[in-house]
Parts: sequence; structure tokens; C-alpha cells
Amino acid sequence: MRFRAKIVDLACLNHFSRVINTIAKLAKTCTLCLTDSKLYFILSDKVANGGVSMWCELCQGNFFDEFQMEGVAAEHNKIYLELVPENLSRALKTAQSAKAVKMKLTNKHCPCLRVAVELPSLSSSSRIVTHDIPVGVIPRRLWNDFREPSVPDFDVSIYLPVLKTMKSVVERMKNLSNSIVIEANLSGEMNLKIETDLVSVTTHFKDLGNPPWASEDGCQSSAQGRDLESMAEARIDIRKLQQLLAGQQVNPTKALCNIVSKRIVHFILLHEDVSLQYFIPALA
Amino acid sequence: LQSFLSVFRSLPSLEKTVGKCLILLKPQASRLVVQLHCKYGVTKTHNLAFQECERLQAVFDTQRCASSLRAPARVLAEAVVHFPQTLAEVTLGAGPGGKISLQNYVEDEAERSKMMVTELCLAEDEFQTVAVAPGSCITFCLKEFRGLLTFAEASNLPLTIHYDVPGRPVIFTLDDAVLEVHLVLATLSDTESNSQPPTANGVSHLPAPSDDFADDLESYMIAMETSAYEEGPGVPPSPTFPLRTPRPAESDPEQEEEEEEEGAVPGTPPHKKFRSLFFGSVLTPGGPGLAPTQEVLAEDSDGEY
Repeated sequence: MRFRAKIVDLACLNHFSRVINTIAKLAKTCTLCLTDSKLYFILSDKVANGGVSMWCELCQGNFFDEFQMEGVAAEHNKIYLELVPENLSRALKTAQSAKAVKMKLTNKHCPCLRVAVELPSLSSSSRIVTHDIPVGVIPRRLWNDFREPSVPDFDVSIYLPVLKTMKSVVERMKNLSNSIVIEANLSGEMNLKIETDLVSVTTHFKDLGNPPWASEDGCQSSAQGRDLESMAEARIDIRKLQQLLAGQQVNPTKALCNIVSKRIVHFILLHEDVSLQYFIPALA
Repeated sequence: LQSFLSVFRSLPSLEKTVGKCLILLKPQASRLVVQLHCKYGVTKTHNLAFQECERLQAVFDTQRCASSLRAPARVLAEAVVHFPQTLAEVTLGAGPGGKISLQNYVEDEAERSKMMVTELCLAEDEFQTVAVAPGSCITFCLKEFRGLLTFAEASNLPLTIHYDVPGRPVIFTLDDAVLEVHLVLATLSDTESNSQPPTANGVSHLPAPSDDFADDLESYMIAMETSAYEEGPGVPPSPTFPLRTPRPAESDPEQEEEEEEEGAVPGTPPHKKFRSLFFGSVLTPGGPGLAPTQEVLAEDSDGEY
């Protein structure tokens, strides 16, 4: 089982660092799955996470100049690692002017992801900073826990408002309440509501647009034949929503959410070469 | 010191208004007087109370230190930036090939497998003077060192580090025409040596050099797979991933059913992969036609660093 990768281009390095910073804000510990073409950062829904789950997918070719991996066996050509993304974020933080960043899976005292940053220096040889990030190797028998989550059968799918605006609204609402209700309909309208004993606040968004989802032949999704004005709603933990919004460092190309009434809200944030899906379950 | 500093708090306004500054001591009244003579005939007088205390003199002699290093403060400041601000201790060592390394100090073995270890290597030619005992290393408080570095960088002075064996103090000196600074810090004594006993002249070994390590996790994986049904002693505990107790054997169809019910409203159509609907392409996991395992005839070495 081997993994080696290298980033030489500074723009790619910055982009990768930003992705890692976003992941670090969403999960204290997560699973990194490596295949020969992609990287996945996965958080599976456990009670410890408050039931949220995350699936972030990157095409390695868009970030790495060199990328070689060899899984456990030919027919299982993947590597699943558990790590603390904050460590990776810190390792990359001071690599902003690096000549090259190399990553490698090693096993000195324990399995580690070794990040070696080659920095320019005035002397004849470059300065090298190495960060050994401890990782947990996830055995094959547990890989099933980390499969890609399916799109839930949602009642309403709607594009999100400008994230910056949504973030500042949610941040202020967070001071008043622990839970927030997201409701939306198929006419492009979304409301964010909080209600406490003393006050209730609602922010209305209009003309957001509803993404077109092609339905599979023969199946009747909950969204079809639905009254356009009728709102699907879910009450979720406001801190989880705020974490998601605060973690975004770059504006996504597309941002939307799928609401399954009273069950779960599925957020999809798409950038050119990274896609992030985040599931926040509804509170009882 | 805080009260003294507060007199000089706003440097820009001081520069604009103060003509001269008079500092005098009034021992009978136990007051340190700082008088600022400002423009337009304004005089600001600060009377700071003080208490006499015993003079503390650290006993140290840079001549008795076996090793010394001298570098521009900027080089060292650039080196410590890679360590987290909260890091308490750092280990400085003289490694093979004349490299000087800085590594975050991790207290015990158990922590080593959970904490990120950062190591920075500086080449000999980044230093103005290098006179070190090979293989020597010391561990000292990074926070104090950072403070001195900030001052040294601001004054653009080279910093000299004098050290001896672990346990003996490390002395950082700065000097220039008008001032001389000595910062003496205690170093961790080498009570538990992690690999070999200290050599005759008290030089202890650095943590294992970064060049030789096993790339290959095959043996680790095999150990993990076989320890699934017995708590194998050979598998090192992984930092964040506890070895789970094996699940009781379940029949496959049962498992499939469980998963389908997750998060789905009963009586709904089969699960959709979002890619297939949104982008019109479906990626199956595990992909077609993977290359057969290549026999590795020669281990790839990473001798670049």
C-alpha cells in the first residue's frame, strides 16, 4: 500500500490548501479515501457528529503534478485513512511560497502522512520542513461505512442565496436560537426562521431558482406534481449550518440544497474541481 | 514593567510631541520618575512606584559551551514560523551532513502517535558560524525564544546560540555597539534516553534521521487484517481510529436492507447518485480494468532529502 504525490504549482497548492481549510472547519476527524483518480474527504453520520455527514470529492489531476497510489490489492485499489484535517491544514499553512510540496504515506513509528515542504532559501540547498501527520489506516472490512451517500428523495430542491448574505443572517440568528427552520418551495422562495419565547425572526429570499433534476424513468419523485407554493421545511441545528457557511473560503459555482420535509437537508456546493455535499438531519 | 511601558505606549504621538525624556530615580521616595518634555511647554511627569529586590545573577559562561551557532535573526524567525504558536518546547539538533534541525518536542511515546511532528532542517551555510558537537541536541522553551527573536529581528542583529549537553543552560546572545543581550534558558535534561545510552562526552542522540523509514505499509495492513478477530499485540494503536470489535457475522441480504432504509422515506424509488442526475454521467466505484499488481523489483528511494 503506497501513496506519493507532489504539488509544484503555487496556484494549485493554494487551491488545495483552501479545500483542506474548509474540511478542517467542518470536521475534527474525517476519512480520506484515495483512488488513482480522486480524493474523497468523508464524514459519516455518527451520533458523535450530531448526525451530520459530509462527502467531498476532488479530482487529483486538478491539484497534483504527480500522484501515485497503490491500494491494498489490485481489485481494491483504494486507501482509506482516518486523519485530523486541521493537521494537514497547519502543515500547508506555511507553505505558501514553497517550491514544491510532497506527500507520502509512511510507517516510521506509526502510519503517518508525511508532508514535506521545500522552501526557497538563500543558501545552496533548499530548506525542507517535514510534517508527520499521524493517520489511522482503515481496514477493508470497514470500507462499507464510507460509501457515497445517495441523494435523498427530496421534496424541494432550491438554489441557495448568496452565501455571504446567508452566512451573516445565520450568524446573527445563532445568537438568538439554537435551531433554525429552513423552508423552501418550488417557486424559488426560501425562508430562514427562528422562534424563541421572546422573538421570532424570518428572513425571506425570493427568485432563487430551482435546479432542474432529471428524473429517472418510471419513478415518481416526491418533487413531481407538487404544489409550487407549498413549503418543505426542516428544523436543524443552527451551529451546523453556520459551520458549513463559515467554512466556505471561495464562492462556489453552484450552491443548492435539497429539503426532505422534517427529515434532512442536503447541501451541495460545487466548484470547478471540487464538490462538497453536506447533510444536516432535522431535529426531533 | 507594565507601568513603565505604559508611559511609552503610543510611539507615533511620542515622536511627534516629545522633545526630550528625563529618567531619574528617587530612592528615598521609592519612585522612578519619567519626565517627558513636550512641545508648547508641556511637561508630563510619571511617578512610578518601585520596590527594591535582591539582585539575581544567573551563573553561566558561554566559553564553557561545547557548541555554538550564529545566524541572522531573520533565518531563525523564518524557521520557527512553521511551528504552532502554542508549542511549548522545541528541540534543536546538529544532524548528519551539517544540517541543523528544529523539531517540536513531544513528551512521551503515546503522544507521538497522536501528535503531528514537524521538523525543519537548515543547511550549514545559512548560518554565519557553526561550531557544534555532531549529534548534539537540546530542548528548550520556544515561547521565550520567540520573544527574543522578535526583538532581534526588529533590531536586525545576528543571534548566537551557545549550548552544551542537555540539562545545561542554553545561552542566546545578541550584541551590538550599544547593547548586549543574554537570554539564558534551561534545557531538558536527558534522563530517559530513547535509543542509546549517552556517549562518553555526554552527547545524546537525535531522534532517528528522517531518511530511513518504511514506505511500505504492507506488513502493517496484514497485521491489521489478521488482528480483526484477536486483539493483536503487534498492531500499534492508531491515533484516532480505535480498533473496533468485530461485528457479529450478518447475512448479506440483511445488510443490504438495512442500508436502503437509511434516510429514505418508505415506499420511495431506488437511490439516485447525484452525479447521474445532475451531470448525466455515472461513475461506478472500483472502475473498470485495473492494472494487475506490479512486482516491485527495486524499492524507490527518496534520497533527495
